[in-house]
Formats: sequence, structure tokens, C-alpha cells
Amino acid sequence: MAHLNIPDALLVKNYVEGDENALASLIKRHESKIYGFIYSKVNDRDVSDDIFQDTFIKVIRTLKSNSYNEEGKFLPWVMRISHNLIVDYYRKNKKMPMHRETEEFSIFSIMSDNSLTIENQMILDQVEVDLKKLVAELPEDQKEVLIMRMYQDMSFKEISELTGVSINTALGRMRYALMNLRKIIEKHQIVLTN
Amino acid sequence: MAKIYSKKTVVTKNLKPKKEVVSFLLNYSKALTVVKTADKTFEMIAN
Repeated sequence: MAHLNIPDALLVKNYVEGDENALASLIKRHESKIYGFIYSKVNDRDVSDDIFQDTFIKVIRTLKSNSYNEEGKFLPWVMRISHNLIVDYYRKNKKMPMHRETEEFSIFSIMSDNSLTIENQMILDQVEVDLKKLVAELPEDQKEVLIMRMYQDMSFKEISELTGVSINTALGRMRYALMNLRKIIEKHQIVLTN
Repeated sequence: MAKIYSKKTVVTKNLKPKKEVVSFLLNYSKALTVVKTADKTFEMIAN
């Protein structure tokens, strides 16, 4: 390449004066170092490309607006810009972290699915069906209170008003309902688990 | 003998940006014109 031996400072000067090829030479000369630096910090090719691009957009705008003071430190200056953009990237990502799957990091190690597996769901369904059968065996007054309390989520005050008994009676019926359920379960050695 | 705890090599060499990125930058540079006045700077992008 024609620009191979020209120092950075001269290439920058040429670029500021309108030689677009000088920029191509500068990028070609330093792309590996700058990109490698960015990649070593963010570990993601796409993000590295973005930061590399943003870095040089800043470089171009600064050079074109004649705001750059050449002190023979083109590369450290560009590295500083990319470093600041990397910091910005992490600052932004702190609020909304993004994780990409790599060989050593499985995305599923931080994601969990709390819903039941098909098997557990089937067991739960079966337990609920079995329990309903057991409840059906209870005496009518106890069954009524238990269903209102557990399945219809009513308060004992509401139950007492609806059934026309005192709150204490409703509480007593609930208590007997549970005791009877336990007795039936123990007697038949039923296993209700999930 | 030193123990190596990291699975992959830390130093990544010869990584380069995508050709598209470099090409975009060169085109952006060609399209961009910055005009400075006394107290304002104007940036113009030619289509």
C-alpha cells in the first residue's frame, strides 16, 4: 500500500486536508488492535463491531471539524474513545443486561421456567380430582363450608351469613371437615403428593 | 506448574471488524462535511 510507511500524524493531516484514502490506511493499520481491544472487553463480535463503528464515527467527526490536536498519539486517542464507549456500553447494559449464549455460559443457567413439567401438572390434576372425590364423601354441612372456604375463597363471616349459622359453627364445621378428610386419607392410606 | 483456570485463551489476536463496518465508515467519511462558523458547527451528510 502506498501509505505503508507514512506515519499516523501525516496520514491524519492528509485526511483532514481531504485525502479520504488516508482514513482507509489509518483504519487498516489499527483495526486489528482497536477491534481486539474492544472484543477483549465485551466478548461479543456484534457489540464489538458496533463500538468499533461508533469509535470511528467520533474520530471522523472530530477530524473533519478540525478539533483534533495532533500530538503523535493517534492510536492512544482512538483507544481512549473506544474505552469510553465500552464504559458507556456497560453502563447502559447495567440497567438492562443482555446475555448471549457462549460455550462456557448457558443462557438457561440464569433463566428458569417455574411452570410445572407435564408430569407434575398431570400429578397435580390427579391430586385435585382425588381430593374432590374425598370432599364429596364428607357430611353435607361440613362439605358446604369447606367448599365455600377453600374453593370459593369466602370468609367465615360470609359463610356464616350465607348458611345461616354462627361464625363459630362455621369454623367448627371446617375443623371437622379437615379432621374427617385426614381420617379418610389415613384410613385408606391415600398418598396425595405432587 | 501454574494452574490454568480459564478454559479459553484470554488474548484474542487478529480479530478484525466486518468489512461492512469499514466500508460504512469510509462511505460515511466521504459523505460527511463539517462546516464551522464562529459559534456553531454544522454537519452535512450527502446522500
